[in-house]
Amino acid sequence: MTRSPRATTFLAGIALAALAAIALTLGEVPLSPRELLGALASLFEPGETADQATQIVWQIRAPRIAAALLVGAALAAAGTAYQGMFRNALVSPDILGVSAGAAAGAVLAIFFSQDALTIQIAAFIGGLAAVALAYAVASAARRHDPGLALVLSGVVIGSLLGAVVALVKTLADPLNQLPPITFWLLGSLASVAPLDLALALPLVAVGLIPLWLLRWRMNLLALDDDEARSLGVPVTAMRLAVVSAATLMTAACVAISGVIGWVGLLIPHAARLVAGPEFSRLLPLAMLFGAAFLLVVDTVCRTATSIELPPGVVTALVGTPAFLVLLLRARRGWT
Amino acid sequence: MILEARALAFGYPGRRIAQGLELALRAGEVLCVLGPNGGGKTTLFRTLLGLQPALAGELVLGGKPFAALSRREVAHRLAYVPQDHAPEYAFTVREVALMGRAARVGLFGAPDARDVAAADAALAALGIAPLAERPYTEVSGGERQLALLARALAQEPLALVLDEPTANLDFGNQVRVLRYIRQLADRGLAVVFSTHHPDEAFHGASHALLLARDGTLRYGAPEIVITAENLQAVYGVGVKVARVNGTLVCVPEFQEGAAAEPRFPRS
Repeated sequence: MTRSPRATTFLAGIALAALAAIALTLGEVPLSPRELLGALASLFEPGETADQATQIVWQIRAPRIAAALLVGAALAAAGTAYQGMFRNALVSPDILGVSAGAAAGAVLAIFFSQDALTIQIAAFIGGLAAVALAYAVASAARRHDPGLALVLSGVVIGSLLGAVVALVKTLADPLNQLPPITFWLLGSLASVAPLDLALALPLVAVGLIPLWLLRWRMNLLALDDDEARSLGVPVTAMRLAVVSAATLMTAACVAISGVIGWVGLLIPHAARLVAGPEFSRLLPLAMLFGAAFLLVVDTVCRTATSIELPPGVVTALVGTPAFLVLLLRARRGWT
Repeated sequence: MILEARALAFGYPGRRIAQGLELALRAGEVLCVLGPNGGGKTTLFRTLLGLQPALAGELVLGGKPFAALSRREVAHRLAYVPQDHAPEYAFTVREVALMGRAARVGLFGAPDARDVAAADAALAALGIAPLAERPYTEVSGGERQLALLARALAQEPLALVLDEPTANLDFGNQVRVLRYIRQLADRGLAVVFSTHHPDEAFHGASHALLLARDGTLRYGAPEIVITAENLQAVYGVGVKVARVNGTLVCVPEFQEGAAAEPRFPRS
């Protein structure tokens, strides 16, 4: 990697914009580049009657593509922060139970026949509550290593909530309730509406702000607690800030898209192989990679076959070979 | 006076390890801390670094009581060099040294040109400037120890605390690290380091502290503290202290007359 990190990030940004443009042309009704340009230009000519291409681009594809970009970038950012903070490259944003909590919230809301917005809110609150509980339990366990205690209590609470989800699935009406529950648990961007985006975007942005402001100091969390403290870092306060930020971002995403695994675990690796572990260089590249990856995955999901594929399946099918290529070609080692 | 302990007691609530420690280190002075495994060296260091509260007594750093200093202010005065460790991520040697600037960079800031210059100067002072761009995970153990020392120097502290800086190093690097410690003291730092080799107390240290497992403290000039009698009492093995080429060395007794059956005290 002889290119400067800034140049790499810039190139990744250009590539992402190109991917998004291509994705806008793909679908049940393929669009030519000319039709796409016309549709994009129509944004600046209000009052004109929208033709079919314009409607497809702005009403159907753009919201979904925006959702893929937002969710992919947010999950990658949260995963990058957690992998640094927990000093463990096998950690994903779900480690403290946010997805399990969101799933429990959503599934309970479906069980009690609530509307779509209530389901999303229940998922969001469930995710936040699960992590808050894990954090409170870990803080009470003072005699243990704080990072380890946090991961342990997150995993335990996650599996408890997994049991809640399983229980609700058992009790749910197999005709009316089980299909939406299964659909939600598999994750999908198919039904993301502009309003969902408008709700999730500010929450993700609020979560991203502390990570970006602390971007250099995040590196110090990768040290032992004692070491970081002796360098003047308020470790406990910073860890709380990072957990809050990452949880907010992840919960907001899971609430609109369901649980989409893999992105938060492996995208930070891929970005680290290219940019190295320094957080202020790593974070932008990881977000671009995450956005591009979920965009490709979701485009495959909606165009590859006549039925919608679950993104969780495609993330593994598309992501594993891509990741292996990076792993074999990158100069730096695994860590 | 840079680092002072007055009637210091350290340990954990309910388990006092030692009490009545009186230390006084000036600029240019080096304290060598010795003691068996489980004898309290780590606890003493964590107490000196403000990572755990003293059970009694007072610590004074650069004329100010520890209790009155924020974590950031402590980091301006006192730098910690942990034992060589293998980190999870491949930061470059320069990035590691730059971390020493954390207490001088704003909360939301990043290191500026002055911080980079300080880190590079620290790397140069330790002769590892050519390694600046190398991943910290890929350099040798001795070079990693020097990188951690460079991080501590980039902190621009008044005093250094080094946890077994020569552990895990080959013989040549042990000597080099001890020389650097002496040089840094000569440039005006106060240094505290721990070791398992009593000889090292005679290599440039001005004071020695011997911690026994029963909490007995022996503190003073190295020639007075590191004696055959004291080492026998603390470590439970026979030792002779001899003079070779003007330097004192500790020679363990393996021959008859030494304890017939070696005993391994429980740690």
